[in-house]
Amino acid sequence: MRAFAHLLDRLSLTASRNAKLTLTRDFLRETPDPDRGWALAALTGSLTFKSAKAAAIRAAVEARMDPALFAWSYDYVGDLAETVALVWPARPGANRPPELSEVVEALRTAGRVEAQSLIEGWLDALDADGRWALLKLVTGGLRVGLSSRLAKQALADLGRVPLAEIEEVWHALAPPYGDLFAWLEGRAARPTADAPGRFRPVMLAQALDEAIDLPKLDPADYAAEWKWDGIRVQAVSERGERRLYTRTGEVISAAFPDVVAALTFDGVIDGELVILRDGAIAPFGDLQQRLNRKTADAKLMAKFPAGIRAYDLLLDSETDLRALPFAARRERLEAVIAAHGSDRLDLSPIQPFADWDDLARLRAAPPPGDPRAAEGLMLKRWDSAYLAGRPKGPWFKWKRDPRRVDAVLLYAQRGHGKRSSFYSDFTFGVWRTDIGGHPTLTPVGKSYFGFTDAELKQLDTFVRENTTERFGPVRAVRADLDFGLVLEVAFEGLQRSTRHKSGLAMRFPRISRIRWDKPAREADTLDTLERMLAAMGG
Amino acid sequence: MIRPQDLLHPRPEGLYCPPGDFYIDPTRAVDRAVITHGHADHARAGHGAAFATPETLAIMQVRYGANFAGSAQAMTYGETIRRDGVAVTLVPAGHVLGSAQAVVRWKGLTMVVSGDYKRRRDPTCTAFEPVQCDVFVTEATFALPVFRHPPDTGEIARLLHSVAQFPERSHVVGAYSLGKAQRVIRLLREAGWDRTLYVHGALERLNALYEGFGVDLGPLAPATGASKAELTGQIAIAPPSALATPWARRFPDPVDAFASGWMRIRARARQQGVELPLILSDHADWDELTATLAELHPGEVWITHGREEALARWCDLNGLPARALALVGYEDEGD
Repeated sequence: MRAFAHLLDRLSLTASRNAKLTLTRDFLRETPDPDRGWALAALTGSLTFKSAKAAAIRAAVEARMDPALFAWSYDYVGDLAETVALVWPARPGANRPPELSEVVEALRTAGRVEAQSLIEGWLDALDADGRWALLKLVTGGLRVGLSSRLAKQALADLGRVPLAEIEEVWHALAPPYGDLFAWLEGRAARPTADAPGRFRPVMLAQALDEAIDLPKLDPADYAAEWKWDGIRVQAVSERGERRLYTRTGEVISAAFPDVVAALTFDGVIDGELVILRDGAIAPFGDLQQRLNRKTADAKLMAKFPAGIRAYDLLLDSETDLRALPFAARRERLEAVIAAHGSDRLDLSPIQPFADWDDLARLRAAPPPGDPRAAEGLMLKRWDSAYLAGRPKGPWFKWKRDPRRVDAVLLYAQRGHGKRSSFYSDFTFGVWRTDIGGHPTLTPVGKSYFGFTDAELKQLDTFVRENTTERFGPVRAVRADLDFGLVLEVAFEGLQRSTRHKSGLAMRFPRISRIRWDKPAREADTLDTLERMLAAMGG
Repeated sequence: MIRPQDLLHPRPEGLYCPPGDFYIDPTRAVDRAVITHGHADHARAGHGAAFATPETLAIMQVRYGANFAGSAQAMTYGETIRRDGVAVTLVPAGHVLGSAQAVVRWKGLTMVVSGDYKRRRDPTCTAFEPVQCDVFVTEATFALPVFRHPPDTGEIARLLHSVAQFPERSHVVGAYSLGKAQRVIRLLREAGWDRTLYVHGALERLNALYEGFGVDLGPLAPATGASKAELTGQIAIAPPSALATPWARRFPDPVDAFASGWMRIRARARQQGVELPLILSDHADWDELTATLAELHPGEVWITHGREEALARWCDLNGLPARALALVGYEDEGD
């Protein structure tokens, strides 16, 4: 429990991906079975407990100490689990502190009343960090910022195997993953991946560099299709098991019962999860209403009907198609979709083209309809096998050119880790007219990348020299008609947003150029952005 | 009947002793001041006469220059000076080098002004010495049951574990320049870290002062001027205000650590962008405060600064008469 508690503690305060990987990998290396397996399950969300209600924990601590002192403590700390962990009185003669596996195994079979008394006994035996980890675990919220993707990468690092191999076996495994660690430590063969409904590692595309790549490629070798603006998913219906996965292997079935119900085929489809209305894809903002939810009710599903636009077929009945050429897989995909007949599942059409110039024209001016909202085009070699990861050559993404606006820097926030001494997160705004008829800057986005290290130094200096106000790690900088720093911001799309004062939100905004030369009063206006949004069909 | 408030009572300048005509740790310049320790909120410059331990006077001289007071009188631990029937003795408080409790006796009444103190071992200063008294004047910086400082060896072990785990980075430990910095250095030496420690320029004179009083800090080098390659895998000590400033850019991908009792609260660490909080305090934690009161069992407890209401509540529950003095000017943050 001690090592697990320290890991949670460090992860919760570490922003750097690399540091998180090191911490997690070292923990997994140094901690014995089965504790590390249970820890992995808890960290990746494969194991959750709701054994304890906050109110019961609070009552237990108030029975042990003066409620007034507890109230002041809670008021001071602000977080119930942390307060209880800190104030819980030591009990002389308590049992030895439990290992994580003891906690997990006991709670899996305990009823609520029994669980409460077990938890109180463990709190007596643990130190403050151990109590904090225990309370986080039993109240069902670790929230230390470790994605399961990162945990799998740490496993791959531990065993020095490709990430795709972890993903391939992951869904056939169960906590505490003894067979997985035995394989990664070279004590056993790779565990079988054969579990119905498992995830297959996804094939990704390289970004196309027009100048370098296109002259080397023969248009006849490639199929082109739209790169739809949703989220990439894998829909599995295998031996009665139906699941919907993200491209990193997270299961999102529970949030999309309408899509899962439509998986009446037998196989594995790679496609884009989108909101489909009358066969057309709705703007990404609509899909966002369905994302990051645990469930979906009938009303939400009726308002935002989700579906899949299919790109590829990895499994047809019992036949693994991944080694076949794309052309052959595509033929079988078309047959599966045609036989399927639900409006929740349609086919991403292949776009015929004569040569690269022809395709470039299509990309620059998509025909009316949902291609207008596509992110660009995909190029796939007709003879490409379906390979895990991002191999160079078989698939390219050829994104549309980004939209650009000139915005004015408004606020800067200090970064994390390597950038903690730099103001590196920038909020920028465009002009609009306020109710009094005066031009005023309204924030439209925030970005922390796109610039070089040298430019970051210049931006940091600008922020420090032109600070008007400070709010903790944030500084406001001077920005008015006569003075301000103009940033050219490139972004992929726009959508309506109720969270932003401007009513708009940018997708993937980045600082593409610093316009030291441009006067602030000549930056773009909100009207410009509104016109862009209208042109995108939003 | 002699009342304690006849011997000591709060004034805007600080705690005042009318029969002896002196203040203890006044926050403004006064004629006569007894000073418990060298932290700036307790020891300020400009008094007519300053009474303190030799270590505290040396610290004041380093910080404020030779003319920090009209006259300075050194009092070693246990030495008593008398003025108009009032006897003042300084005894160790265990807070930082030279820190003392002021024991004030008058007409059979004993009052102890503890200043800032802690009860656990500190290799850089003399341990707290309990003195039986009628009135104990205590600080309350960490007077909430959430503050229970863990053993310092465990905190130093976490730092060294992290250094081993991230050999490509350097670890920059924020530590207040008087007391905490030298204690962290000493604890690292005791844990076997004998490599050169890199220090911020603001610490140099106080480090030298500690060494002059016999605290061996081992090999130190200025961080300023050292190359990134030289600093890789190393530990540096700096005032907390130097973390996340352009000064810190000389370090390769630094792990920001902060040695403070406040690091017990995760939100504090998060707000300050601290990646490795080290819970190391020079103040008594909740258990030390309450154990001290239980041990001394004074007739009355006066509480100077911090979370007075919680400590007063504890006194109330444990049958000790207590009052909060509401002295202003002592900083909450200096740990």
